[in-house]
Amino acid sequence: MQIAVTLAIVSALTWLAMGLMPGDPLDLAMLSDPALTAADVERLRTLHGLDRPLHERYLAWAAAVLRGEFGFSRLYAVPAAAVLWPALAGTLVLVGSALLIAGVLGTALGVLAAVRPRRIAPLVDALAVLMQSTPTFWLGIMLIIIFAVTLGWLPAGGTAERGQNPLPFLVLPVATLAAANMAAYLRHAMAGMQGELGRDYIRTARMKGLPERAVIWRHAFPNAAIPVVTIAALDAGALVSGALVTETIFARPGMGKLIYDAVMGNDYNLALLGLLLAALVTMLATLAADIIQRLIDPRVRAV
Amino acid sequence: MRLGLGLALLGLLAGGALAAPLVQALLGHDPFAPDLFSRYAPPSAAHPLGTDDLGRDLLLRLLHGARVSLAVGLAVALGATILGTGIGLLAAWRGGWADAVLMRTADGMLSLPALPLLVVLAAVDTGRFGLPRGEALSDIARITVILVVFGWVGVARLARAAALRELTQDYVAAARVAGATEARVLLRHVLPNIVGPITVATALAVAGAILAESTLSFLGLGIQPPASSWGNMLSNAQEMVFSAPLVAVWPGLAILLAVAGCTLTADGLRQRGA
Repeated sequence: MQIAVTLAIVSALTWLAMGLMPGDPLDLAMLSDPALTAADVERLRTLHGLDRPLHERYLAWAAAVLRGEFGFSRLYAVPAAAVLWPALAGTLVLVGSALLIAGVLGTALGVLAAVRPRRIAPLVDALAVLMQSTPTFWLGIMLIIIFAVTLGWLPAGGTAERGQNPLPFLVLPVATLAAANMAAYLRHAMAGMQGELGRDYIRTARMKGLPERAVIWRHAFPNAAIPVVTIAALDAGALVSGALVTETIFARPGMGKLIYDAVMGNDYNLALLGLLLAALVTMLATLAADIIQRLIDPRVRAV
Repeated sequence: MRLGLGLALLGLLAGGALAAPLVQALLGHDPFAPDLFSRYAPPSAAHPLGTDDLGRDLLLRLLHGARVSLAVGLAVALGATILGTGIGLLAAWRGGWADAVLMRTADGMLSLPALPLLVVLAAVDTGRFGLPRGEALSDIARITVILVVFGWVGVARLARAAALRELTQDYVAAARVAGATEARVLLRHVLPNIVGPITVATALAVAGAILAESTLSFLGLGIQPPASSWGNMLSNAQEMVFSAPLVAVWPGLAILLAVAGCTLTADGLRQRGA
């Protein structure tokens, strides 16, 4: 319910914002076609209903979407939905692998730091600050310079042509996105483990003579992992559209880039659909985070 | 230790930003005028960091960019802190439906896809509101307003939580019994006691704002050339990775140091039990 209300508000605000952007769709048409006369423009304006006020156009659009008519993309001249699904698929591959790496590696390093507070913790701490502070777009460019330009090991961007191995094209974008998102897992896993390892039940477990490995992984880790799982769910939602920078740098088709291009190209239908889909996925992920937390943490369920 | 390191980093960058006109006078270049005869000049005495694709001095652009980026960061943090603290206090004090509406709005903002919305908002034509577009000052104002709209949420949640805790304390009841007005209770008694957590949130907001501004400028939606910001210095660095890879290093390093400085400051403040 709350999701539906928020979606309606988001779509209306986006519509308004796009209406305020420079460039009427027909201005652009006029620029690209010198044969178009002023009378043609007026006729087209009436035909597409562009002479009506913004809110009327919004209501007409919303009614069409609710009927399942998503309209055409002006930029790509195909139904908007047809461009949306491949972009979503591309993003899911990228974000999925990046989050998997960030989550697993970040958590592992965080646990390691908590278990070895003297030697490893300061290093991991510094690494977390560093990764948190590095702008994604800069990291991407640096990786391109090092691995694509100087060393020539990996492609600088784009996607695999038919018959090419797609994996090398994924390495740099995934590494960029993973590094950009790892800091949160590091910090939470470290803080969580440090907190848990100081508790009484850990002392009890050790006194029972349990091997240290069992103490860490079977006793402390499940408790420390709760916030990590929650962040992963939230990140997954945010990154569906938030991988924009990575997708732009590496020229990979995806949701973020699609929305950006659509906004810049005054492609109302596509931009709005993309944004709505992104908002929907983000909110569903937030919901999923709540549900997962309930499932794995009995303390929340009790409340 | 962290606090000191963070403040030192920020001080260094702020000093650089303040010294920009001085360095400019010393080197005698105009950081905004293209000089096509010295494109991609390597570092030399005349150009300590070399020049960019239009032959403009990189060091000067970096220092002028520091002014823009730090100004946006501070302005956003200030705006977000004032707005967030006000909303958080109001929600905690009124409770009931006001609290519900404000905090559900905050939750809603958090669950929105921030980056694409920022892109849409940043692309709005401010010319229609009578603001000139393309001038550095109006760009800064535009970006600041947009980032404040998204930035208040974190501060508001923290302020509300802290204020709720303080409002149950005895000294608040004592102040009320002594006849203090509600405004006085909130501003003179509660506010000073929640300044600690709010300061931490402000430091983090500066970091977030600097990153967000540079990202938008990188995408071509923030500060427009010829004015320089750390983000827009990188926006064409991508095309130069083959011809002049070093050009891309400095602005990113500057952003990294600024954000790290803010993060360390926030951490340090928190550790001190602020």
